[in-house]
Amino acid sequence: MLEISGIAVSDGIAVANAYCLLEPDLSFTKRKITDIDAEKNRLKEAVMQANIELEEICASANKKFGAEKAAIFSAHILLLADPELLATMEAKINDGWNAEFAVQETANTYIELFEAMDNDYIQERAADIRDVSTRLLAHLLGVAIPDYSRIAQDVIIVAEDLTPSITAQLDTTYVKGFITDRGGKTSHSAILARTMEIPAIVGAQTATKDIAQGAPLIIDSTTNKVIINATQDVLDVYLEKQQALFEEKQLLKQYRLCESISADGHRIEIAGNIGKPEDVDFILANGGDGIGLFRTEFLYIDRHELPSEEEQFLAYKTVLAKMQGKPTVVRTLDIGGDKNLPYLNLAREMNPFLGFRAVRLCLDKQDIFRTQLRALLRASIYGNLKIMFPMIATLDEFREAKAILLEEKQQLVEKGFAVAETIEIGMMVEIPSAAIIADLFAQEADFLSIGTNDLIQYTLAADRMNERVTYLYQPYHPAILRLVKTIIEAAHQHGKWVGMCGEMAGDKIAIPILLALGLDEFSMSASSILTTRAQIASLSKVELTKHLEQLFTFTTAFEVEQYVKNYMLKTI
Amino acid sequence: MNKTFKITVLEGLHARPATLLVTTVSAFESEVSIIYKGKSANLKSIMGVMSLAVSPGSIVEIAAEGSDASDLLDKVTEVIISQGIGEEC
Repeated sequence: MLEISGIAVSDGIAVANAYCLLEPDLSFTKRKITDIDAEKNRLKEAVMQANIELEEICASANKKFGAEKAAIFSAHILLLADPELLATMEAKINDGWNAEFAVQETANTYIELFEAMDNDYIQERAADIRDVSTRLLAHLLGVAIPDYSRIAQDVIIVAEDLTPSITAQLDTTYVKGFITDRGGKTSHSAILARTMEIPAIVGAQTATKDIAQGAPLIIDSTTNKVIINATQDVLDVYLEKQQALFEEKQLLKQYRLCESISADGHRIEIAGNIGKPEDVDFILANGGDGIGLFRTEFLYIDRHELPSEEEQFLAYKTVLAKMQGKPTVVRTLDIGGDKNLPYLNLAREMNPFLGFRAVRLCLDKQDIFRTQLRALLRASIYGNLKIMFPMIATLDEFREAKAILLEEKQQLVEKGFAVAETIEIGMMVEIPSAAIIADLFAQEADFLSIGTNDLIQYTLAADRMNERVTYLYQPYHPAILRLVKTIIEAAHQHGKWVGMCGEMAGDKIAIPILLALGLDEFSMSASSILTTRAQIASLSKVELTKHLEQLFTFTTAFEVEQYVKNYMLKTI
Repeated sequence: MNKTFKITVLEGLHARPATLLVTTVSAFESEVSIIYKGKSANLKSIMGVMSLAVSPGSIVEIAAEGSDASDLLDKVTEVIISQGIGEEC
C-alpha cells in the first residue's frame, strides 16, 4: 500500500481500478533493407489501415461529441493524404532505410520545422504530425494504439495530463475519477472533474510512475490523497465513507425542488456556472434557479477557426431551451491573454492577465464580437437571456459594447429576425476600477455580476497561476469585502440586481456575509448548489445583518474568517 | 501560368482556408505551387502550405503548370473570393 498526495480539485471519494493512459511502445531498430518495393508496400498498407481507423474514430467522435471535436481527426486524415509527406517517406525508403525509420525521420523533420515557427497555431500542428506518425508506426509494428472510447468498466484515469483530445474520446459514465501528474486548480482536467462531479487529484507528480495498470485505487479528496494497492480493510473503510457521502448527497436532494430562501424568508437566486451546453443537465439535476455564468469560450477553443454564427446560435438556443425560461446569463467571449486562440495569431504578452483580452479584444476585433452577439440575439427568443460583458474597466467600454449590441439587434429586427423584446444587458465587475465606480455603472447596466476570482487577483495584485503568491488569494480580505459591499449597495441604490459568479459565491464562510450584504444571485458550480441552498435555509438574514458592523472592523482575512466561524454560521 | 492574391482571411492561410485550397486543387492534374516571401510549396500538400505560415494581409502567388492549369486557376480564384480567403491583386 502506498500513498501519494496532490491537489484535490473536486469533492468526493472514488474507489476503482487504475486505467493508465500510456504511450504504446513504438521502439524499433533502424535498419537497411534490400527489397525497396516491398518496403514501400508495407508503408502504403500502414497508411491505408491508419486511414480506415481514423475514418472510424472520426465518425464515432462525430456521433458522440459533434463535428467540432471530430475536426481534429479529419485534420489527421488530411495529413495522411499529404503528397509531400508520403514522398519524403518514400524517398527515405529509396535510400534503403526501413519504413519505420522513414516515418519517424520524416515526422521529426516536420515537427522540428513547425515547432520552430513563430506561430502558436502551427506549433500546435506539430502535435498532429506526432499523432499521425505514431499511428503509422503502430501499424507498421503491429502495436495497438489504446482506444480510450472502448473503456467499458468503472475506472480511475491516471495520466501525465489530460488533453482535450483525450477527454473527447472518454465515455464519462465509466470514469470515476482522475489522477494527473501535472496541472493545478484551473487546469483542463480540474474543470472537467468539477463539471462531471467526480473526484480528482491533480499535480500528483509521480502518479504515472507509482501506479500500475489496473491497480486498485482510492481517491480521497478530503485529505488530498491517493491510496494505491489498498488492503481490503482500507478499501472497506473507504467504501463505507463513500456510502456515507452518498447518503449525505441524497439528503441534500430534498433541497432540489425547494426555493432558495433564508430561515427568515429572504429569497435569493442560486444559479450555476457552465462552460458547455451539456453542463446545463448538471445544473438542472441539482435544482439550480438559473445560470449565472455561461462561459462561451468552449465554442472557440480546441479548434482551428472561429465558430460560425449558426453554430453559436444552436449552442445558445440549446441552453436557453433547456433552461425553460429560467434566467440565463451569458458572458460574451473572454479570450486572449492566458487563454489564447492560436488561429487568431495574437502576440505573446508579458502580462497576459493585464493585456489584450475579453471585451478589449472584442471591441477591437468587432467581426468576432458582432457574430457572437447576432447568434445570442437570434437565440434570445428561446428563453430568458441576459448578456454580460467581461473585463469592463471604463464606462466607455461598457457604452461601446452595449451600443454594438443594440445596433446588431436593430439590424436583425430590420432583416425580419425574431429577437426577444427585453434582454437585460449587464457586466462583470472584476476590475477594481469598475468596483469603485459601481454606482456609475449601475445607472447604465441592467445588472452587475461580481467575478471574484479576477477581482481578488487584481485587487491584491497576485497572479492566480503563481504558486508562490497563492497566500495572497484572500476572499475575506477586508478590501475585497469592502468592494463587494460597495458594488451591492451601488446596484441596489439604482434598483439593479447583483450576482456573484466566482468561487466565493459557493464558499461556506463567504455565504453568510454575502447574504447579509444583500447579494441577489449566487452562481457556482453545480455540485455546490444544494449545499448552499441548505446553508441559506439555516441562516437568518436579519440576524446576520447585526454582525456586519463588527465584521467590517476587522483588519485581516483571518479575523474575518474566525468571526464568521464563531458567530455567523449558525443563526437559528 | 500564375496569379497573385492578397490573403485577407483573419486567421491567415492555415486550418480551414488551407484545407479548402488543398482539396480544391487536388482534383486537378496540373502541378501547382504557392509562392510566398520567395519560398515555394506544393499547393496540394497541407504540410507544404502550412509550413509557409502565410499571415493575413500578405501577398501570395499561385503558379500552375499542366493540361488543366487554366481551369485550376479559375477554380482557385473562385474559391478564394467566394470563401472570403482573399482577393485578386
